[in-house]
Amino acid sequence: MGAAVEGKKVLLKVDQLKQYFPIKGGFFGRTVNHVKAVDDISFHIYQGETLSIVGESGCGKSTTGRAILRLDEPTSGHIHFQGKDLLSLGRKEMRSTRKDLQVIFQDPFASLNPRQTIGQILGEALAIQNVVPKGHRRSRIEELLGHVGLRPEALDRYPHEFSGGQRQRIGIARALAVDPKLIICDEAVSALDVSIQAQVLNLLKTLQRQFELTFLFISHDLGVVRHISDRVMVMYLGKIVEIADKKSIFEQPQHPYTRALLSAIPVPNPVQERERILLTGDVPSPIDPPGGCRFHTRCPFVMDICKTKAPELKRSTQNHQVACHIVS
Amino acid sequence: MKQVDETILEVKNLHTHFFTDEGTSKAVNGISFTLNKGETLGIVGESGSGKSITSLSLLRLIPSPPGKITGGSILFKGEDLLAKTEKQMRAIRGNEISMIFQEPMTSLNPVYSAGEQIAEAIRLHQKLGKKEAWNKAVDMLRLVGIPSPEKRAKQEPHELSGGMRQRVMIAMALACHPEVLIADEPTTALDVTIQAQILELIKTLQKDFGTAVILITHDLGVVYETCDRVAVMYAGKMVEYTLAKEIFTNPKHPYTIGLLNSLPRLDLDQEELTTIPGTVPSPYDMPKGCSFAPRCAHARRICEQAVPDLESIGPDTKVSCWMYTPQWEKEYEAEKKVGVQ
Repeated sequence: MGAAVEGKKVLLKVDQLKQYFPIKGGFFGRTVNHVKAVDDISFHIYQGETLSIVGESGCGKSTTGRAILRLDEPTSGHIHFQGKDLLSLGRKEMRSTRKDLQVIFQDPFASLNPRQTIGQILGEALAIQNVVPKGHRRSRIEELLGHVGLRPEALDRYPHEFSGGQRQRIGIARALAVDPKLIICDEAVSALDVSIQAQVLNLLKTLQRQFELTFLFISHDLGVVRHISDRVMVMYLGKIVEIADKKSIFEQPQHPYTRALLSAIPVPNPVQERERILLTGDVPSPIDPPGGCRFHTRCPFVMDICKTKAPELKRSTQNHQVACHIVS
Repeated sequence: MKQVDETILEVKNLHTHFFTDEGTSKAVNGISFTLNKGETLGIVGESGSGKSITSLSLLRLIPSPPGKITGGSILFKGEDLLAKTEKQMRAIRGNEISMIFQEPMTSLNPVYSAGEQIAEAIRLHQKLGKKEAWNKAVDMLRLVGIPSPEKRAKQEPHELSGGMRQRVMIAMALACHPEVLIADEPTTALDVTIQAQILELIKTLQKDFGTAVILITHDLGVVYETCDRVAVMYAGKMVEYTLAKEIFTNPKHPYTIGLLNSLPRLDLDQEELTTIPGTVPSPYDMPKGCSFAPRCAHARRICEQAVPDLESIGPDTKVSCWMYTPQWEKEYEAEKKVGVQ
């Protein structure tokens, strides 16, 4: 994996992406306000790497993933993928581009049709993108099941006959079916027990090497993120607060929020006693986010400037970008 | 915390089974443990291990039918809870033993304000007037760290954030100063920064009130940071029972070891995670011997034939595994002989 990143070819570039959801209200159902789920973020993903987005509920990590796939129509911004701006594509073009962009969701049961057999589910994916001629589909599906560690007999069975871990493998097989370039894993292992989660994480890593996949891995579990990522992006309330390679983010976190987040996780290690930064209060509402730096209401190191001026995402060291007045 | 090890709760050989059309599911299949005054016992296990059913059994909250506590005893301050009438149980629940659940939104009544719900619990168990109970409810909210509690007490659950709802649940659970608090995945639905706040709160309140806590969780990190002792459950049985610190430095049961190895760690670099092969057996179709044997790398013939007992192997450690019994070496010799023939 590391070798692929050294080439540093950008696969996907997100520019000033905004995703506002309108809130309807009042007598005539007018738009009274907006939830600013993602508010002006820019980043890129290198080919062959795993970029993780971490953050707490409501930080906009899933919205970012959905915006890239245009499952929700973003408010503004650009998403460049292989020389095309995804947001300017028509429906038909977008559909064919989705062949290269696949997604694995958190709850595999909710994302598999309970009335279709596994063969039908995977066959549908192949039929829509028309990647394999009809006659060869069955053997392709069997091959796919093999890749994710399921037996060929699974083909004629229904989703309810499988365990959570197996269902997630089916979700992975479906994403793989069309030979994608980028797979967005939205909390893909969060619903699984640790012993099963470990199996699925190992599988994802193996498949990445085997098929030269790029992952955008969305998760709230920093242990999992540390295991799978090359680079990590931390979001808070619709903004990117820090992006860096895995080593720097876990060993030298710079943003106070990242530091608090890391210190909040209970670690079963008697050797490593850590100082805990206990944040007070809750995450503010994304409808009316605080002015200045969005984290200033909970930041233990808040200064006057933080309340009025939003910090920009700036390069602090070579592979490290952070948005904080204290650091710059 | 540990002046006298005074036992407050003793569970002996508890069995809770579910009788369904598909057969009998032995969700809790003979577990025993003790809880001392003021200590925190962690119960860990994966889904289906029986940890939540254990906690519901302690308060006799098992839906019946299909569930039934089919054997064992639960001694609370020396008296068997299983012999109590429903009326006597109601006086104990929420008063001497109380419980908090994973999802506070489903445990709170959506149409009553937070303050009213806490006051109701107080009035049910203590002879207090409406006004006094309300004031006490506000005091409890202040104690669990809710800002402007007078205002928040009047709000309904949907007006509160997830972390605040869980604080309301804790306020309600502790309002009558229970001697035992059962917390079933209290922080699983919360974000990590909020989880850290809630765990810190439970620890502080426990110290102030001297409450014994049973913390049910799937998160080994949480166990390490909050518990004194820990019980690891697998398929309705307790496989290891030891000091919380011990389990990370010196795990004994192959399942515990497997579980620790599967955990992606924040403090370690691992290229590949070591996994436990296979999946948990179906509760309707348990293996004849040790229920972990089909997934265990060390399993020998005896493991498939007989269930090992939970035996002491040190002053604070009990484990249910044939590997730690005298039979193990004999079994090895026997297998070698069979191999020779």
